Amino acid sequence: MEFITNPIFLIAITFIAYIGAQILQRRFGIRLFNPILVSIIAIIIFLRGTGTDYETYRQSSIYIDFWLKPAVVALGLPLYRQLSTIRKQILPLLLSEIAGCVVGIISVVLIAYLLGASHQVIMSLAPKAVTTPIAMEISAATGGIPALTAAVVVSTGIFGGIAGFRIIRLSHIKSPIAQGLSIGTAAHAVGTSAAMERGERYGAFSSLGLTINGLLTALLTPLILSLIGI
Amino acid sequence: MLLQFGILLTFLAMGEFIVMATHLPVPSSIIGMLLLTASLRAGIIKPRQIERLADFLVHNLGFFFVPAGVGIMNCLGLIADQWLPIIGASVGSTIIIIAVTGWTHRAVRKSLSRKKTISAKA
Repeated sequence: MEFITNPIFLIAITFIAYIGAQILQRRFGIRLFNPILVSIIAIIIFLRGTGTDYETYRQSSIYIDFWLKPAVVALGLPLYRQLSTIRKQILPLLLSEIAGCVVGIISVVLIAYLLGASHQVIMSLAPKAVTTPIAMEISAATGGIPALTAAVVVSTGIFGGIAGFRIIRLSHIKSPIAQGLSIGTAAHAVGTSAAMERGERYGAFSSLGLTINGLLTALLTPLILSLIGI
Repeated sequence: MLLQFGILLTFLAMGEFIVMATHLPVPSSIIGMLLLTASLRAGIIKPRQIERLADFLVHNLGFFFVPAGVGIMNCLGLIADQWLPIIGASVGSTIIIIAVTGWTHRAVRKSLSRKKTISAKA
């Protein structure tokens, strides 16, 4: 049983779960079989089944987490490839980002409040649209629970990745730029990986969306929360 | 590949330094990403010097989020207690953000192109 807590083994399990989930999705072509979602569920079932706690898994998963930051830095490349388009559209980009950010924070707080969430849960949900490291810092700063925020952020990203382009079709958003931007604003880097699958142009504007919304959310969340006064 | 990794980590390190020095409430990785874009633009870094590793990381971005997602098993109790507001608010707000961002982008572009045609006619 000791082998199960071996760090290399737990990392290998994470790779196997993810690659297996990718194969599953390709074989059946069902968007709900999102590799991130499926592998998270598989790993949790595995950990529960073997009586391994999250802290033990965490000690090995930090080696995977380590790559998260360099991977976000790497988004600078697709962003660079789209710079000329960005410069031509700077005003529409900025205004739609401000609208998405403000409406996003207000809507999540209001819906959670109306459905009876506790104060701590509301604070944990407020920054849920932006990428994990930003969201966790905002959550800690405003009195939320960073672990819950991380969970909600990743789930939101998965939902945006699975349902995002369907929502876009239903809202009749046609331009690839607006589509990428919307996905990145609502569903950060996880949504961006879904947008990247659709094409590099979608992916680049999705990473632009996650960047601007990340900055705006970090700056505006405390202000908006105090204005709403929940 | 070693050089590519070195470049990305150097930009990340610069981001870490800026965050430490200025106490900005922004993650170091986002600052590193903006610095990388700026350096590519300025020609200090050439795309081919990073593109093999960068494209690999970008195309497998989702994988690196799996461990953070597994963390959900630590707050299952809280989620079970308040599942309706948590799921309702996340899903509802995500739909609203996508629609509002896309619609605003379209509206601003339309009004800008209208202005352009008016000024072109005048």
